[in-house]
Amino acid sequence: MAERERKQKPAPSKRDEPVADAAAPSEKGEKLKDELDDLLDEIDSVLEANAEDFVRSYVQKGGE
Amino acid sequence: MAVPKLCGIETEYGVVLRGAADPNPVLASSLLINGFVDQRRIGWDFEDESPGTDARGFARDGAQPPDIETHLVNAVLTNGARYYVDHAHPEYSSPECSDALQAVLYDKAGERILARSMQAARRLVNEGQEIVVYKNNSDGKGNSYGCHENYLVDRGVPFVQLVRNLVPWFVTRQVFCGAGKVGSENGAERVDFQISQRADFFEEEVGLETTLKRPIVNTRDEPHADPQRYRRLHVIVGDANLCEVSTLLKVGTTSIVLAMIEDGFVTKDLSITAPVPAMQQVSHDLTLRRPLAMADGSRATAIEVQWEFLRLARKYADEVGLDACGGDELGAVVLDRWEQTLAALERDPDELDGVLDWVTKYRLLRAYADRDGLDWRNAKLALLDLQYHDVRPDRSLYERLVNAGKVERVLSESDVTAAMVEPPPTTRAFFRGTVLQRWPDAVVAANWDSLVLDVGTDPLRRIPMMEPTRGTREHVGALFEAARTPRDLVELLQGP
Repeated sequence: MAERERKQKPAPSKRDEPVADAAAPSEKGEKLKDELDDLLDEIDSVLEANAEDFVRSYVQKGGE
Repeated sequence: MAVPKLCGIETEYGVVLRGAADPNPVLASSLLINGFVDQRRIGWDFEDESPGTDARGFARDGAQPPDIETHLVNAVLTNGARYYVDHAHPEYSSPECSDALQAVLYDKAGERILARSMQAARRLVNEGQEIVVYKNNSDGKGNSYGCHENYLVDRGVPFVQLVRNLVPWFVTRQVFCGAGKVGSENGAERVDFQISQRADFFEEEVGLETTLKRPIVNTRDEPHADPQRYRRLHVIVGDANLCEVSTLLKVGTTSIVLAMIEDGFVTKDLSITAPVPAMQQVSHDLTLRRPLAMADGSRATAIEVQWEFLRLARKYADEVGLDACGGDELGAVVLDRWEQTLAALERDPDELDGVLDWVTKYRLLRAYADRDGLDWRNAKLALLDLQYHDVRPDRSLYERLVNAGKVERVLSESDVTAAMVEPPPTTRAFFRGTVLQRWPDAVVAANWDSLVLDVGTDPLRRIPMMEPTRGTREHVGALFEAARTPRDLVELLQGP
């Protein structure tokens, strides 16, 4: 079995990006926000149409 | 010394047949399984099933083995799993696993099997129809379906001792194994979001039921193994998880706690005064700071109760070792993750985004709600909740997060693909799965603790498998190499 692998991108090391590091949190925050916005847009593209009807019609009876 | 904590996870998937005027979930479930199992199906043998037998020592009238209708769609897979229609859901019962990491692997393999089944079922439904499954536990309208864990437990441990220690365990472990849910159900107090899918549905402390008045500790006594030596603890309080770390923690920590109980190591009484309302209280408290009234008169948060279990587990690992729970190496991984998780939950649960299901889902929904200015009662958020659990790879929001590199994985996908077909080598599932791979036509019937083979001569040969730790590759691998036919195998098993 494979070792545990962390697929998240490692945080950029200080040695690689001394300037970015000094530029500090707001820039980093912007980047994260952009990433998240892209992801939310992507999610919009796969969401079922008509949320209300879809959620209402999801009924599961019987089990266990 | 505790018996090896063999374990397995059974998951009922939510199912819909879209585009049908009168969608029939039993039919949809059957089509999924038939679609997947293209080779000859092996019938399941119900002779030893007795879901009405109670661990407290009595049998309930009217409890029957599953009826003949579901018998028709009951398959045993070459990975040792059972795949069948349970009431109105497709259910995947993983093969017996020897440790928590293997349980994570075979649970994830089940998701892939369901995904492939949906694909295969496309050719079995009418134009414009599609069968879709969800790995969650509630429809948001008061109907719940289960994700049950099973653990091998020493029959010698008094059941009351299990109950006393397990009730506070199950009430508090939600903080890391909850799958998260928008809103509340079943008459529970209104909340925007809660930690667990299932907590609203528990109404008793101990009992035999699984579909109404659900108990925190389920007493179904159906060991599927030598009943003189073993119990199978049937755990019904858990959520179905998608995050691999959530599943690893759920099964890994529970295995260790069970081993501790067996070895008399839970010396402190951690009983909660009113555990049934505490289930909901813990699930509804996203601050994780509301204290519970403990039976000894003190007050403690769920996380504080968890710290106490962890302290005992560290001591147990040092003094007894974790051989019963997959060995010291895996045990150390579980203990360290458990500790890191509790510490992060105390500092800031958001640190566990991409690690635990409830945190990951909650963060995603908050980001979406913030962007669009949505109220928690907006159907869009309920839809996101539902679609987080969609098992179709292209529609699952969980899989979107994985693909975006935002979820920590424990498994490699190549191992998951292999586990769809290959049985675990370290339990009796190896024997079951390998016979099915080698000689599917000779298997007349199969169940957890036996196989019935047609070796070409009368009568049929029933091979008992009452010891779940036997039938492993180590035990019988050489026999399979030597046997060219099922008859050879039976003769080799009987010895000279």
